[in-house]
Amino acid sequence: MTVAVVQFGGSNCDRDAVRALSHLGVNAERVWHEDGLPADADGIVIPGGFSYGDYLRAGAMAAHSPIMGAVRDAADDGVPVLGVCNGAQIGCEAKLTPGAFTTNASARFQCEYVHLRVENADTPWTAAYEAGEVVSVPIAHGEGRFEIDDGRYDDLVDDDRILFRYCDADGAVTDDANPNGSKGNVAGILGERETVAVLMPHPERASLPDLNRSVDGQGILRAFA
Amino acid sequence: MTTYTATVTVRLKRGVLDPEAETTKRALERLGFDLEALRSADRFEVDLEADSASAATDRADEMAERLLANPTIHDYDVEVSEPE
Repeated sequence: MTVAVVQFGGSNCDRDAVRALSHLGVNAERVWHEDGLPADADGIVIPGGFSYGDYLRAGAMAAHSPIMGAVRDAADDGVPVLGVCNGAQIGCEAKLTPGAFTTNASARFQCEYVHLRVENADTPWTAAYEAGEVVSVPIAHGEGRFEIDDGRYDDLVDDDRILFRYCDADGAVTDDANPNGSKGNVAGILGERETVAVLMPHPERASLPDLNRSVDGQGILRAFA
Repeated sequence: MTTYTATVTVRLKRGVLDPEAETTKRALERLGFDLEALRSADRFEVDLEADSASAATDRADEMAERLLANPTIHDYDVEVSEPE
């Protein structure tokens, strides 16, 4: 298994993703977007950062870069694809996943540990957890408020495509525990295939025992193991 | 072919929270201004060559659909003007 971590100008979590995956025994390498997707990539991470300086909207420019066509083809072939933070914004802008991540309700950049409740443990990204389990993973974003129209939100709920919701330490999904005003406290969702996922929190920043306060993010990355 | 200017205005759909506009409104109120509401929008001015105004409008519409706006959260409108 070689996971391609796609690096755009302005990506800044690509090395962290490679290091966290390597720690889990997953072979991962950074791939510069202009070099195209390696034919043998059997996993793809779109990492966090500020691709293209967040011009127009976070993720809008990278979503239309040529490599994203190859990412979409790979996703359609069942290759696991994970978008984290800016990668989640890119995923939604590229329509790999529905909805949009836009300006936090606070209008501020927020960098903090949050609690997430596992909504659906029957996916590659959450198989390491129990449904209802509370995990601790950091966020770092200014545009992480999940927005989607009511009809498509209901479809996500009905189809069990919500992976995580922001919650308090006891697992209660409340407005106070919602760091950015996301609809339904949604922190991460699945695409049309369960092998495609995006989330605003950073699992790669909660994976290394010597560096990170929590290693709860490991379970998400184990989808690639 | 004529050179047209297509003005694409992109704004959040009604009902979608605009925290930056809210912050701007509060800042205006701190300066002593009296206002009921404030909405912000992005305006793009695109110069393009086209056979007709309607062809220019169609192309600018597609630009908005595919990149300038995000249909999940935005409405947009397009106005095309000919050079004076």
